[in-house]
Amino acid sequence: MYKVIYNKRINKNSYEILIEAPMVVEKFIPGQFAIVMAKSDSEKIPLSIYDCDKEKGLLYLIYQVVGASTLELTYITDYIYSVTGPLGMPSEICLNANDYKSKKIVYVGGGVGIAPVYPQVKYLKEHGIDVDVIYGCRNKDLMIIKDKIENVCSNVMYATDDGSFGEKGFVTNILERNIDKYDICIAIGPVIMMKNVCELTKKYNVKTIVSMNPIMVDGSGMCGACRCLIDGKPKFACIHGPEFDGHKVDFESALKRMNTYKEEEKIKFDQMEVLLNGKN
Amino acid sequence: MERIKMRMQSPQDRINNFNEVELGYNDKEALEEANRCLQCLNPRCVKGCPVNIEIPKFIKEIKEGNIEKAYEIIKNSSSLPAVCGRVCPQEKQCEGMCVKGIKGEAIAIGALERYVADCALKNNYSSVLNIEKNSKKVAIVGSGPAGLTCAGELAKNGYSVTIYEVLHEAGGVLTYGIPEFRLPKEIVKKEIESLKKLDVEIKTDIPVGNAITIDDLRKEYDYVFLGQGAGLPKFMGIPGEEGNEVFSANEILTRINLMKAYKSDSKTPIKKSKKAYVIGGGNVAMDAVRSLKRLGIEAHLMYRRGEDELPARKVEIEHAKEEGIIFDLLTNPKKILLDENNNVIGMEVIDMELSDIVDGRRSVNEKLGSEHRVDCDMVVMALGTSPNHEALKNSNIKLDEKGLIVVDELKTSLDNVYAGGDSVTGSATVILAMEAGKKAAKRIMEEL
Repeated sequence: MYKVIYNKRINKNSYEILIEAPMVVEKFIPGQFAIVMAKSDSEKIPLSIYDCDKEKGLLYLIYQVVGASTLELTYITDYIYSVTGPLGMPSEICLNANDYKSKKIVYVGGGVGIAPVYPQVKYLKEHGIDVDVIYGCRNKDLMIIKDKIENVCSNVMYATDDGSFGEKGFVTNILERNIDKYDICIAIGPVIMMKNVCELTKKYNVKTIVSMNPIMVDGSGMCGACRCLIDGKPKFACIHGPEFDGHKVDFESALKRMNTYKEEEKIKFDQMEVLLNGKN
Repeated sequence: MERIKMRMQSPQDRINNFNEVELGYNDKEALEEANRCLQCLNPRCVKGCPVNIEIPKFIKEIKEGNIEKAYEIIKNSSSLPAVCGRVCPQEKQCEGMCVKGIKGEAIAIGALERYVADCALKNNYSSVLNIEKNSKKVAIVGSGPAGLTCAGELAKNGYSVTIYEVLHEAGGVLTYGIPEFRLPKEIVKKEIESLKKLDVEIKTDIPVGNAITIDDLRKEYDYVFLGQGAGLPKFMGIPGEEGNEVFSANEILTRINLMKAYKSDSKTPIKKSKKAYVIGGGNVAMDAVRSLKRLGIEAHLMYRRGEDELPARKVEIEHAKEEGIIFDLLTNPKKILLDENNNVIGMEVIDMELSDIVDGRRSVNEKLGSEHRVDCDMVVMALGTSPNHEALKNSNIKLDEKGLIVVDELKTSLDNVYAGGDSVTGSATVILAMEAGKKAAKRIMEEL
């Protein structure tokens, strides 16, 4: 059991949860993630680590309510049953920051994908590297951690689908206009966004890294549920990733695999609503 | 007198539940079976046991009604008797060596061990002796059979032991892998509880290699034992494996056993398919295919060799057949067929044929032109595992060309670091991992 300091709603369907988890944060390097279980009988869910306080042993996670298990998580107040991490490989760029000092780097974050972008940008700034950020959202109300991102990045460019903040349109529009400026792009967000970014950067031959977020179970390399086709070969996002060379990722199969449990998830969601509302 | 058979759930009943198939002996049955033992002066069975349980001695105690004494004798050699009594391949080990088996049927040593262990768990027999603590601290990576056994041996001898486990529950393959109907999780929990009574500490949720490295452990502890197991499930490398309903056996078993997906109110889903093929012929394949059957799925087992070559335990094969598992032998997948959404709709398979025996083994070849199609909506790969190096991250431990940890008498290339079980041998059995855990404990104790 791990102590929960708060678990608060930060927009229509996203929450920020702060957990005492010193073993998870002590060696965390941006790019890695955590797996949580709300209760002892809950599903394991992989979540992005958005920030951590290494001195106090505090772990900040941001999650979006997308199904039964994330809905259940919103009801957690005092203690959470299980938190495991850090999992996966650290971001190659953060790990070897010194090699990237002369490179011009742009991060593209879509929706809650901005959460795992933040610790990378912060880490690189601490290591003397200023990057640009393009942050896209459906609308202004869904925007999160805007102030925090601006604290660590002097050039944040915004795009919203409806134009309610920043430019109307997609992150790819902004990226394409500025593409000549960049040596490397890191895109984190919905699979379809990462796919579109990669199609664009491939055209301009800009190296691109993406962070995959497939279905996972144990997160330690044991089950293979999270495998993605990278250069035609299966790689496990939990231990070989989650970051991969975006130009080698088979996004088509990744998009389809996300639908594997569509019917089952619908049933679980209904069951969970009944459970949480105490109805029968 | 014939060997006393264990009572079992009927096949018709058990395919509708996940309760244990074999029900064990009652007192009378155990006594009758124990009375069959000849009490050989030079017992071959003991030599057949990887952890050398003093089998005739404990059976003698059963004959005399001293079950608690029998438990003590078993516990002296084995840390997990209720587990071994159930999942050891006794027919190849102790029972395979039994003199009685030459002309008739071997003594049911496994069933007797299980009987004693279950009595002990039921009646809370405690085998805790007065432990004299020493000052040595040992870290163990992985809480599967190797780690638990090593921990038990060391704790009994006064070492302070801490086990690191990445999952939220201890037990390794005993917890996530072997199904409830072969090894009830309640039994595993009780065995682990009895280890905790020896003052073994188990830290769950900790990915060694990421949250703490082997080097960190070496600084904090006098010795380290690596028992993290084998790891990554293998796939075939054939077209279509990216399909949505293509799973590893590990994933199916983890969802069902660790996450309890077989219960209708489980929060972790399992794919509700109609017809599944499990590819492979080992114990993991049997566990997976029998689990799927219990979910109401038409469950097939596809293996490229013949029945005689199936590596699974004979008793599991028999149980699978009784349960209506369909065996498609001498057949191998060539390609998994997917629809436009990548949902599995079938497989292209080919018939196989065995060659004559060359160097003690038959090779197996494709029968040209025998390709045909089978329909299905799930494919499960049970092809073994390859090493998982997560726990070894940031350490420069020596590995062989297959990626297995190189050991000399269980000692790795790093000072004071030992390893045993599947991370050294590749996928093997529970009892062999236990043997390695026990030997490693002995090696560590010799260091004093």
